Amino acid sequence: MSHPGTDEPAAAVLELRELSRTHGTGPAAVHALRGVHMTVRAGEFVAVMGPSGSGKSTLLTLAGGLDTATGGEVLVEGQALGQLKRAQLAKLRRTSIGYVFQDYNLIPALTAAENIALPRELDGVRQRTARREALAALEEMGLAEVADRFPDEISGGQQQRVAIARALVGDRRLLLADEPTGALDTETSDAVLALLRRRSDQGAAVVLVTHETRFAAWADRVVFLRDGTVVDESAASSAESLLTGEGAR
Amino acid sequence: MSIRFGLLALLDQGPRYGSQLRAEFESRTGTTWPLNIGQVYTTLGRLERDGLIRPEGGGDAKQQLYAITEEGRRSLVEWFDSPVDRTQPSRDELAIKLAMAVGTPGVDLREVIQRQRRHTLSAMRDYTRLKADAMNADRSRPESADSDPDDVAWLLVLEQLIFYAEAEVRWLDHCEARLVRLAAQRAERGGRAGGPPAADEAPPRPVARKGASS
Repeated sequence: MSHPGTDEPAAAVLELRELSRTHGTGPAAVHALRGVHMTVRAGEFVAVMGPSGSGKSTLLTLAGGLDTATGGEVLVEGQALGQLKRAQLAKLRRTSIGYVFQDYNLIPALTAAENIALPRELDGVRQRTARREALAALEEMGLAEVADRFPDEISGGQQQRVAIARALVGDRRLLLADEPTGALDTETSDAVLALLRRRSDQGAAVVLVTHETRFAAWADRVVFLRDGTVVDESAASSAESLLTGEGAR
Repeated sequence: MSIRFGLLALLDQGPRYGSQLRAEFESRTGTTWPLNIGQVYTTLGRLERDGLIRPEGGGDAKQQLYAITEEGRRSLVEWFDSPVDRTQPSRDELAIKLAMAVGTPGVDLREVIQRQRRHTLSAMRDYTRLKADAMNADRSRPESADSDPDDVAWLLVLEQLIFYAEAEVRWLDHCEARLVRLAAQRAERGGRAGGPPAADEAPPRPVARKGASS
C-alpha cells in the first residue's frame, strides 16, 4: 500500500507487536494469542481467517482496545493503547475505531438513528449534525426507512446493518469487523463487504474476521491464525484445511 | 452451442449486424469469453443455413443485417426452457492434472494443490475487485434509472466465476485434507509394523488405488 503518486508506504494505522493474551494461570492457562505481529496500513483491507478458537476474535478485541493484552502491545495510529488513560482510550475508540460486533450491541431504548448518532454526540458533535450523519449512514446501508424505529421493531438483518452503520459513521480510520455478515443474506453481505472495501479505498484500515473465502476475497491480504499464532500471511495457504485444522500435520 | 444461442437471444431483441452482435455479447459477459468476428460470422452462417435467422435488406457479408425467424424463436424458447446439460462434463484440466499427479514419481501433489489454490484465490480476488467496480458503477446510477441489463448480466457472470473459484478452493482443500489423512494412516501402519515414524516424511504421495484403504 502506498500513497498515490509516491513510493512511500502508507502510514500504519494498526500495529500489533508480539501480541499475546492468556486467560488464567498455571496449567489451566489458555493462550488465546501467542506473539502475533501484524501491521495494517491506511487504505489496506486485511481479512483474518482461522478455525474456531484460533484467536481471531481475541485479536480483534485487543486491536479495538476492548480487552487488555497480557504481552506485547497494540498501537493505533502510533499510540500504544496500553499507555493510554481510560478516558483517552475511550476517546480513541469513539473517534478513530469502528467496531462491528458479532452480536449487534444496539441500545434497545434508542432508535436506529439515535444508536448511530450517540457515539458522535458523546464526542461533542452537535446533535443536529450527528443526526444528519446517522441518516446518511443509514441511507448508505439502504436502511433510511428504519431511522426512527427501535431495535426490537426491525429484523435481525436490519439490526446488523444498523450496527454496521454505527461503526462506520464519522471519519473512522480503523474499522474492525467480526463476522459482520452473519445474519445477512448473500446480497446484503455483498453490500456490506463492498462498503468496507470502499472505506478502505478511501483510506481507512480495515480488518475483517471471517470464515468465508468468498468474503476474504474482498481483502488485499489474508492472515491465517491457528492456535493463537499467524501461520500464513497471504491468501496463499489453504483456507478450509486451515479452518478445520485438518491441514495440521 | 452457447455462442449460437447467445447470438440468437440478442437477435430476438431486433435485427443486428455481426459487429453489433459481437459488441453486445461481450458487454453482457464482460470479456470473459472474447469472441472474434470470424466466429460470429461462421455462427451466423450456420444459423442462416439452419433457417433460424435470415438476412435483412441488401449489403455485403460484413455489412449484413440479420433477423431471427419464427423457427429461430422456437429454438430459443426451447433453449431457455431446458437445463444446461451437466451429465456430460467438459474435460477439466485441473482434475486431469491431479488425477495424473497421483502416483507419478517426482510430483509433489500437495505442492501442485498449493500452487493451484494460490492461483485460484488470487483470481477470486481479481474477480471480486471487478465485482466491486461493477457494484460501485451501479450505485452511481440515478435512482430513477433502471439497472442496465448489460451491467446486471456482467455481474451474474462475475459472480459465477467467484462461486466456481470458491468451489474449486474448497475442493482443493478437501483433496489436501484427504492426502494428509492417507499419509497419517500410512505412517500409523508403518509405526505398527515397527518401522520408524513417518511424520517427518516429505509430503505424501498417496497411493489412491481403489480399495487401498479397505
